[in-house]
Amino acid sequence: MLAFVLRRAALIVPTFVGVTLLAFALIHLIPGDPVENLSGERGMDPERRARLLHEFGLDKSLPQQYAEYVGQVLSGDLGTSLTTHEPVLAEFLTLFPATIELAFFAMMFALLLGLPAGIVAALKRNTVADYAVMGVSLTGYSMPIFWWALLLILFFSVQLGWTPVSGRISVEFDVPMASGFMLLDTLRAGDWSAFRSAVSHLILPSIALGTIPLAVIARMTRSSMLEVLREDYVRTARAKGLPYWEVVLVHALRNALIPVITVIGLQVGLLLSGAILTETIFSWPGVGNWLIHGVQARDYPVVQGGILLVAAIVISVNLIVDLLYGVVNPRIRHG
Amino acid sequence: MAESTAAVEAGDDGYAAPGPLREFWLAYSQSRGALIGLALVVALVVLALGADVIAPYPPNEQYRQSTLVPPAWHAGGSSAFLLGTDPVGRDMLSRLIHGTRLSLLIGAISVTISLFLGVLLGMLAGYLRGLTETFIMRLMDVMLALPSLLLAIAVVAILGPGLANAMYAIAIVLLPHYVRLTRAAVMAEAGKEYVDSSRIAGAGPLRLMFSTILPNCTAPLIVQATLGFSTAILDAAALGFLGLGAQPPTPEWGSMLAGALEFIQRASWVVTFPGLAILVTVLAFNLMGDGLRDALDPKLKR
Repeated sequence: MLAFVLRRAALIVPTFVGVTLLAFALIHLIPGDPVENLSGERGMDPERRARLLHEFGLDKSLPQQYAEYVGQVLSGDLGTSLTTHEPVLAEFLTLFPATIELAFFAMMFALLLGLPAGIVAALKRNTVADYAVMGVSLTGYSMPIFWWALLLILFFSVQLGWTPVSGRISVEFDVPMASGFMLLDTLRAGDWSAFRSAVSHLILPSIALGTIPLAVIARMTRSSMLEVLREDYVRTARAKGLPYWEVVLVHALRNALIPVITVIGLQVGLLLSGAILTETIFSWPGVGNWLIHGVQARDYPVVQGGILLVAAIVISVNLIVDLLYGVVNPRIRHG
Repeated sequence: MAESTAAVEAGDDGYAAPGPLREFWLAYSQSRGALIGLALVVALVVLALGADVIAPYPPNEQYRQSTLVPPAWHAGGSSAFLLGTDPVGRDMLSRLIHGTRLSLLIGAISVTISLFLGVLLGMLAGYLRGLTETFIMRLMDVMLALPSLLLAIAVVAILGPGLANAMYAIAIVLLPHYVRLTRAAVMAEAGKEYVDSSRIAGAGPLRLMFSTILPNCTAPLIVQATLGFSTAILDAAALGFLGLGAQPPTPEWGSMLAGALEFIQRASWVVTFPGLAILVTVLAFNLMGDGLRDALDPKLKR
């Protein structure tokens, strides 16, 4: 087992190196160097330019600059935002809980609806229920979620007035942020109306962000379940007289879930992609919103650091999923 | 002589074996979804090609007396503007039709660039193996580590916002899929006997790669290219929506949505229709891609 873990972990090192190269290249591929961008329209006299280039370390050779960049990254220094003058890493860490909270509830929404829908579709194959699940799932999979989010706001917030339009919590609440997770912090403060406000702010963004994973999970559960239901051990279980629901829920579902787990892991990258759009629309103060503002404001340290951190998270999650898969399925471990 | 050829073609039992195209069509037309997808795609292509003739007005013509006219079936709607007008009085229907042309063009260009580069890199990786393969595949791993929209945003951050740059960005985002598919297919084919015999007959590496092996790897590439269309259209719209893709007044669906945001409460149609257009187009390509996969790759069929 340890050998398996080490082998898989070693595989991601080149990917990490590649991501740092990409993030490093990002700054150097942008037309004009940072000093030129600083000087603006009026230009700058050559002497001052040379001094600034030296100050930023831009007069050194590229490999030297890259080595210094990697050194900084390893020591946790991702630079300073040009707009807020805060360290990029600190900003990311403050905003990240909001994104996790949103992504977590989006995933819950996707699982709670997607798994049962997939199971029902498989059991009632080629019936109206199956076609309905598959139709909805295909539509969800093709959904431009930024538009879907707008429709949800239009219907539930504007027409019905059920949920708030944007943000994480109403402005009248002032909850001390301890964990950064709004639901936990409001609970800890014992403020029930604040908690309710936070929950109502979470509902629409979670649905918007969870829609594509929901579609993928429903499809995957259905096809995986169909495959398992054909297996001999399912027939055996039925033949020895076990009730139908027990065969489905205990014997079949457990095995059908293995590929579904992988798919769930692969959704993490998708969730972070979707979070960029969802957070922008709902003004959710997370890393997606922050990154887009960084790109729009040409705040390159934010873009560079943000991309590096998001990539690191996706790589790590994929590694964890890979390892979990090895735990559930010994054939992979020894393959 | 003529008779005996006919007999061979018809087979012993007198029934003609279907030609490859016919066989493909028989498999493809099995699925209702695939047929709906194909019909929609054909309709969209017709709209795109004939946009100048079909659209009732030029896409950027502003009718200052008729801003935010609701669709024809709403109270206050006018039959002159079937789907209503936008905040500066442009006809929604005409902009949507011209948007179809733009979206299909974005899809076609980015998929073509990506497919071309992807096949080239995948072929090199799968055929040459060794260091070339390691380098190419590690690079693809890095690109896959980034969520697709984030990678596109990173590329746009480098190149600057705009429609052309959005297309390059999407081509880069799609690239790893084609590289991986081609490499896997090439590795599966390279050891087969027909490749060996072609090599013994004196075919050089270029001929082996592109003339002998490639035609046998096309099925998964066609499927992936179709699905790539839907990704491209969706991502281009997302970039347009974020202000990083097509810039106003280009009638691109995503940027139309972004421009209409502040009017969402007063005039929901300026938001509803562009999104619906994106959804229908993406759905059409997904349906067609699924149908193609089932028809071309029976192994994946359930």
